[in-house]
Amino acid sequence: MDERRLDGNAVGGLLGEVFTFEVTMAEAACDRCGTVAHVGETMAYVTEIGTVVRCARCDNALIRIAQNPRGYFLDLRGVSYLRF
Amino acid sequence: MAEIRHPRLAWQFGEVVETHPATPRAKSLLLDVPGWEGHKAGQHVDIRLTAEDGYQAQRSYSIASAPEDNRVELVVERLDDGEVSPYLTDELRPGDKLELRGPIGGWFAWEAKDGGPLFFVAGGSGIAPLMAMIRHRAAAGSDVSCHLLYSSRSREETIFAEELDQLAASDGSLQVFHTLTRSQPPDWTGYARRIDRVMLAEVSPEENPLAFVCGPTPLVESVATELVGLGHDARRIKTERFGPTGG
Repeated sequence: MDERRLDGNAVGGLLGEVFTFEVTMAEAACDRCGTVAHVGETMAYVTEIGTVVRCARCDNALIRIAQNPRGYFLDLRGVSYLRF
Repeated sequence: MAEIRHPRLAWQFGEVVETHPATPRAKSLLLDVPGWEGHKAGQHVDIRLTAEDGYQAQRSYSIASAPEDNRVELVVERLDDGEVSPYLTDELRPGDKLELRGPIGGWFAWEAKDGGPLFFVAGGSGIAPLMAMIRHRAAAGSDVSCHLLYSSRSREETIFAEELDQLAASDGSLQVFHTLTRSQPPDWTGYARRIDRVMLAEVSPEENPLAFVCGPTPLVESVATELVGLGHDARRIKTERFGPTGG
């Protein structure tokens, strides 16, 4: 599958469909290693079926988001908190 | 951070007011977007194309124009097997409408009040958001020291080459360093290899610069690693990657 290894800046538009704040500026705390980083600093893996945002330090899946005509699937299990 | 709250991003149409070649393989698109409330240098827009059968494809493009410019400039590099870029570079004409949303982003952004010194490193069309910052710096009358290291395949493929030369010639605190990785003009005196640690050390401004790195993922990751190795503060290095595929 065509997978693009990008960073959190690339998902600003997609997550902007869901949140009313500028997501790349928000701080996300990794639930595995505790690293706190702006979403713009994280890693993002973008495919046609969905996007996974990963901790740049430990690779934990912070945010998983997929969208289809029936709606959004948003999994935030890997994030202890988002601060914005 | 209440000031960055915005309504959920909505798609809207912009009108193409001008197109011109940026290089033999890249085109500059100037858009008029009704109701555009301005952007920060470094932000991007998402572009969406819809086929007659309803199939949609979407890509992100950085804004190259300064916030002071009321038109939105995008630079699109043509990828031969791309789904979106060949339409944007070959088919789009002034007067056409283009569906977009934005501005998006805020982490990879610079405003004159953020100060410097600045160290910009670009690969290929990764120059676009850094060009917005360079133009904004000039328009805002900022005199913070700014060094740009820009890697292109050849002189013909160097986007904004003339404008960068002109800006640097008239501004003693802006220095532009080019490296041409595939072919060089006969009288070339600049670098002629991929960006490496020695090159970064030679062109970096002194005293703890604020670094912005934009380009293909491998270039961005190698430059960020080398900068940290050279003693740069990782918290003052901002990176933005774009993918090698999908254009």
